Amino acid sequence: MSSKDGYYLPHRATWPWIGTAGLAIMLAGFANVLNNSVIGKPMMIIGFATVIIMMVGWFTLQSIESESGMYNPQVSISYRLGMMWFIFSEVMFFAVFFSALYYVRDLSVDWLAGVGDGPGRSTNMLWEGYQSTWPTNGPGNVGGDYEPMSAFGLPLLNTLILLSSGVTVTWAHWGLIIKDRQQLIRGLIATVLLGFLFVFFQGIEYHDAYTEMGLTLGSGVYGSTFFMLTGFHGLHVTIGAIMLTVVLFRSWKGHFTPDNHFVFEAAAWYWHFVDVVWLGLFIFVYLF
Amino acid sequence: MSAVTSAHDAHDDHGPKKGIMRWLTATNHKDIGTMYLVFALVMFFVGGAMALVIRAELFEPGLQFVNPQFFNSMTTMHALLMVFGFMMPAFAGFANWMIPMMIGAPDMALPRMNNMSFWLLVAGGVLLSSTLFMEGGAPAAGWTLYPPLVLQTGDSLPFAIFSVHLLGVSSIMAAINIVATIFNMRAPGMGLMKMPMFVWTWLITGFLLIAVMPVFAGAVTMLLTDRFFETSFFDAAGGGDPVLYQHIFWFFGHPEVYILILPTFGLASTIIPVFARKPLFGYHSMVYATVGIAFLSFIVWAHHMFTVGMPIAGNLFFMYSTMLVAVPTGVKVFNWIATMWKGAMTFEAPMLFTVAFVVLFTIGGFTGVMMAIAPLDAQYHDTYFIVAHFHYVLVPGAVFMIMAATYYWLPKWTGHRYDEKLAKIHFWLSVISVNVLFFPQHFLGLAGMPRRIPDYAVQFADFNMISSVGGFLFGFSQLIFLYIIITTIRGGKKATGEVWEGAKKHGLEWTLPSPAPYHTFVKPPKIK
Repeated sequence: MSSKDGYYLPHRATWPWIGTAGLAIMLAGFANVLNNSVIGKPMMIIGFATVIIMMVGWFTLQSIESESGMYNPQVSISYRLGMMWFIFSEVMFFAVFFSALYYVRDLSVDWLAGVGDGPGRSTNMLWEGYQSTWPTNGPGNVGGDYEPMSAFGLPLLNTLILLSSGVTVTWAHWGLIIKDRQQLIRGLIATVLLGFLFVFFQGIEYHDAYTEMGLTLGSGVYGSTFFMLTGFHGLHVTIGAIMLTVVLFRSWKGHFTPDNHFVFEAAAWYWHFVDVVWLGLFIFVYLF
Repeated sequence: MSAVTSAHDAHDDHGPKKGIMRWLTATNHKDIGTMYLVFALVMFFVGGAMALVIRAELFEPGLQFVNPQFFNSMTTMHALLMVFGFMMPAFAGFANWMIPMMIGAPDMALPRMNNMSFWLLVAGGVLLSSTLFMEGGAPAAGWTLYPPLVLQTGDSLPFAIFSVHLLGVSSIMAAINIVATIFNMRAPGMGLMKMPMFVWTWLITGFLLIAVMPVFAGAVTMLLTDRFFETSFFDAAGGGDPVLYQHIFWFFGHPEVYILILPTFGLASTIIPVFARKPLFGYHSMVYATVGIAFLSFIVWAHHMFTVGMPIAGNLFFMYSTMLVAVPTGVKVFNWIATMWKGAMTFEAPMLFTVAFVVLFTIGGFTGVMMAIAPLDAQYHDTYFIVAHFHYVLVPGAVFMIMAATYYWLPKWTGHRYDEKLAKIHFWLSVISVNVLFFPQHFLGLAGMPRRIPDYAVQFADFNMISSVGGFLFGFSQLIFLYIIITTIRGGKKATGEVWEGAKKHGLEWTLPSPAPYHTFVKPPKIK
């Protein structure tokens, strides 16, 4: 029944159920941590470690399968469709937080201040004289005084970093296609370095916010939207940079050919997605 | 579509593994489909038991059996388990079993991810069910988990939230797999407009799942941070708004109910032509209507929120868009009836359930149009009228089609014919009791009985008693269904490959032997 040109169907799946158990234990552990139960932390660590082991194991298995030529072009299409639709689901996840930002900033904060014929006119009974502005930490001044994060400074630098990294990854891609190994490796190294540099600067920005600016997750709805949007974004940059590191490693080992380099493309697509989300963030969270 | 044959590892030819590892490491779409269906069946009875706790308490006015907190947990968990533990997995089970066979593919596009989808479902279900045993009890704020009330949930809140994340990832992965399979694995010659309607409806349902499950994840993540990390998404003191949650939730929630009903429609379009011995009327319009319904499903969400104080322009927009959905839905109902018109009909169990579906779902659809009219919804909202509406479209709607499809395909899966006489008894008991159970709830709602209450004013007593009688009758009738499934798996009259007269014309699966071999369409068939 085996045919090298046929659509590869794996016979058994060992990593998925292991990864599922790990994910479940990790999340149950996190829930226990949130409930102040001591068993939470060890569960989280074991669960997280299991998930990492699963990812390494499963992706290594696929990389071996790919290098052994077990994937025909039809399989490659399945992977492409999978990655595209996965990125679309991530776009929808970010869209939720952007929508929340739009709703509070342009609708409900106004209503809280009694503007328009919305429902908030009774706010003045609880908080007199609340004016609708943005940024705001609400009529209750939740979290105390804070300084909003200016776009000019680290955020602008980070924008340049990410945009440049989009260029370097594309340059690396061209290097792969024209079989210029140096260009490929250098481009990937530059991209990975820029990616981790972004995360580093974002960390500094968060540190400044918490220690000097009084801006925290608890700073009303401005703090909430700021940190959730930039936080999830930073997480995705980290994941993307790790993916690119793996791609760098595999490129170093000579795994990719000009005709067959789906994982490189998948990581590049993810990276561009992360870049586009940042542009949205820069405009709507930092600038305006 | 360059696949000539499918390839396996070298040591495959001695059939599936034995024991628990067969199921833990399953990549075969039939095995995974079976697991989904078994899981769904178990959850059907668990969720059903919770419904009976509710109906027992509501049998008479006063509090007889449970305390109000537990009652609220029952209503919350009944809904969550039925939607996420029974209906979605049942449709996923049908998708896994049947889509590859219907399109002439050897398996799903990404079999290992398929495995993970299933086990993530189990993990999420276990995490959610375990909340019943935690301090503070299971979540009791309603399946919609509205803040600020839900933020008062005890220790179970983070567990419930993380179970939603796990279930969401499970669904997104399954949907991606289904979409990739339908786009990439069809046999040569099967163009998109030649696909069976069940495949079309699952393709579109797949898009909906990928688009909106992340939205639900985002909503519950904000609940988590509002409770544990001091964010103010839904707290007015911080500048937030509880209504924001409702917008986000229902942006997910409305497409979610179409995720439940589109595969249902696909099943109806599958079964009616076979039992009417006529091709489906208006295949093209059925496809366009499904696309239309899916598109509209994204722009109607706030009809669940007509009474929150939206500006009137908002209420008007959502009223118009919601009423519009009746149009493509009506096209479908008309086409099903037109398919039956002048058909040579027989009424075995699958067809009985399907005909009941067409009539009773339409009743549910009519009450939907009533509720779409925003000023009238002011009366219906949060009453039993709403409860009656959605139970009509879900129970004699989606659930009846799940039962119809089970009877339809049991012979293909097991190789045995089910007991037709017992199945007919199951049908008649179900269809009568489901109406006794839910029809009076329309009157209760119009008379003003609110939802989600364990005790009620004395004028609602009679219809509540009738409804509860119907509920217990319906619940116990499902034991017949369970009995039929188990005995058919274990034995029974041998089924042919075609099973139903003339079925070969209506689907590729009927060209295969019954039970279907472990590997089918290793070489894709030629489609004319």
